[in-house]
Amino acid sequence: MRYNERELLSLARQPAEKAAEILMRVPKKGSVLKKRLVKLVVNFLFYFRTDEAEPIGALLLEHCRITKEEENVFSISFVEEPERKYCFECDSEEQCQEWVEALKRASYEFMRRSLIFYRNEIQKMTGKDPLEQYGISEEARFQLGTQKQ
Amino acid sequence: MKLNERSVAHYATCNSPADHAGFLRKRVERHHHHAHHHHTTSYQRHWFVLKGNLLFYFEERESREPVGLVVLEGCTVELCEAAEDFAFAIRFDDAGARAYVLVADGQAAMEAWVKALSRASFDYMRLVVRELEKQLEEACKSLAACRNSPRRFSSSGRKRHLSNPALLPLQEKPTVLENGYSTWGSGGSVPGGATCPDRDEGHAKPPPLPPRRRSATGSATGSPAPGLSPAMPDSPVSPETDCFSKLHSWYGQEITALRREWQERQKRGHP
Repeated sequence: MRYNERELLSLARQPAEKAAEILMRVPKKGSVLKKRLVKLVVNFLFYFRTDEAEPIGALLLEHCRITKEEENVFSISFVEEPERKYCFECDSEEQCQEWVEALKRASYEFMRRSLIFYRNEIQKMTGKDPLEQYGISEEARFQLGTQKQ
Repeated sequence: MKLNERSVAHYATCNSPADHAGFLRKRVERHHHHAHHHHTTSYQRHWFVLKGNLLFYFEERESREPVGLVVLEGCTVELCEAAEDFAFAIRFDDAGARAYVLVADGQAAMEAWVKALSRASFDYMRLVVRELEKQLEEACKSLAACRNSPRRFSSSGRKRHLSNPALLPLQEKPTVLENGYSTWGSGGSVPGGATCPDRDEGHAKPPPLPPRRRSATGSATGSPAPGLSPAMPDSPVSPETDCFSKLHSWYGQEITALRREWQERQKRGHP
């Protein structure tokens, strides 16, 4: 699958939602925990060797499962391959919890659901669709149950 | 740079909602110089699917895997003065980056694509979510403070930029902390800026639990999410709860249920 890697690399240089040096292990046979600079930008998690400017890799955080594992550890896996886990070992339980929370909210799909929820709540409380005044109430992305065409 | 391509491809083809889809002709970009003959522009027709900030394209509508992906961050969408009618381009801020020139089947299709793509960025969605978060907070306040006469909030000042993402004011970007890392919104806690209304009032009853949205709108995915029972924990917007953090974990449950549903449908072997 081709993709605009250049733009993705540019994205990796943007200010991060969250960034830290964390021990990381990829789901490959024989891989070990390695210290990486892990950076969350929009719905991508980039990981770098600590002394390099360009990321080794990126994870798109859609349809993923963030799991709190044992102490200080969380993992990211994807719905179609739940046994393949990217593992992260933090410095503290607190840091671990912060990352779990941040990553759970990091997907575009999460934002979409939040928006639909707020929209619905506001409509119920005020009787008005809050998106109407912005002229975007018919936008497909703000609807629930949009069909794949 | 590695990318979790298998998962990305799966996201492209699974049942989660597409924000827009249709056939477009994509200009083929040539990288070598034509020194001695005319550069002939050719186009290839693909089936395009927009999901969130990702634009996928497939060989055919029925293809099981995308042939390509355009990540729509840091780009603008504009009409194109190309030789073709109904052409538009996705251009990136990064100087020297190639543009994607796409051609729609007609005026309406072109306009629909330009509109959909220009609102595709993560930041735009985040902006709208924040805006609604504020409005919900205001509505909570109204309800708690003044049961009989709910306030009308005028946000006409914000009107233009939400419908036209090009007018995004700079201060809407995530705030940058001293260590150079920016943070978004309320995360798990409820910081000063996004606190829920004064709970000491306590005069008003909490708003009723939201009804199941899916049954109200006739969800395309069929039966309601199995994981959620009517007896939900504290309504996320009741004055007693820590509004936004509860709201986020409430959402987490919904997502888990939805994901389970998608997985079950996967197992049942959808195409």
